[in-house]
Amino acid sequence: MVQHSQSRFDASFAALSDATRRGVLEQLGRSDASITDLAEKFHMTLTGMKKHVSVLEQAGLVTTEKIGRVRTCKLGTRQLKEEAAWIEKYRQLWAARFDELDNVIEELKRKEKSDERRKKG
Amino acid sequence: MSAGKKGENRTTVERTSEREMTVTRTFNGPARIVFEAWTKAELFQRWWVPKSIGMVLLSCEMDVRTGGTYRLVFRHPSSDQPMPFFGRYIEVVPNARLVWSNDEGGEGGAITTVTFEERDGETQVVMRDLYPSKEALEEASGNTDGMGETFAQLDELLITLGASRGK
Repeated sequence: MVQHSQSRFDASFAALSDATRRGVLEQLGRSDASITDLAEKFHMTLTGMKKHVSVLEQAGLVTTEKIGRVRTCKLGTRQLKEEAAWIEKYRQLWAARFDELDNVIEELKRKEKSDERRKKG
Repeated sequence: MSAGKKGENRTTVERTSEREMTVTRTFNGPARIVFEAWTKAELFQRWWVPKSIGMVLLSCEMDVRTGGTYRLVFRHPSSDQPMPFFGRYIEVVPNARLVWSNDEGGEGGAITTVTFEERDGETQVVMRDLYPSKEALEEASGNTDGMGETFAQLDELLITLGASRGK
């Protein structure tokens, strides 16, 4: 058991030693992504990205799930999930504000249009 | 992928540095109209306090010009004390840029910079909150459940890692 968690720890270190893999973790902290998305974002081949994701997966930092032909990657660690949840809460506040702002903008646009029509009369 | 697609109106939030949060959103209207909604008190108070957050805006005063001040007072059901938020406009460029301070929290307050960029009748708004320190950001974002500690642990891990690789 001790040996198992030791090797898990080593795997995490090895997984984090690479800048691309750290970038992938940061990206997945913002939102889940498919391997194709990640390959595009990091300008890599699909095969190259698959290797990186598999290293992260073995280290328990990422989990993947295949739905149809798409393999979606999510953060696997509790710590990074917490950060993602906290940012999501912050995002929801702003999304709610901005949805209300949409209404104000639509109303101003309508008002401007009707003022114009009146002027042209 | 489709994040920047026209009309999708998705709000994105990114922690752009240890002490900065960046919120981005595109609005379906010209910059002058979006700017107006951020700078006229009677319009601003209609959207700044969404119903879902459970707060009521008691008053809203805004003197939007460089060096002018603002003051918003809220009531929250959990407190019988009204909560004031106030600060100063550091820079005002009509239809393009707003910078203000958040002074209610004393030293820990962020500097907020909002830019308005119009393209094809739509306006992209980018809002940055820059805090004096990483701790100030985490505290102000309601992140009281030990995130600071988590980041410190992750930092430590990365340092140890770097050291063990001799980098």
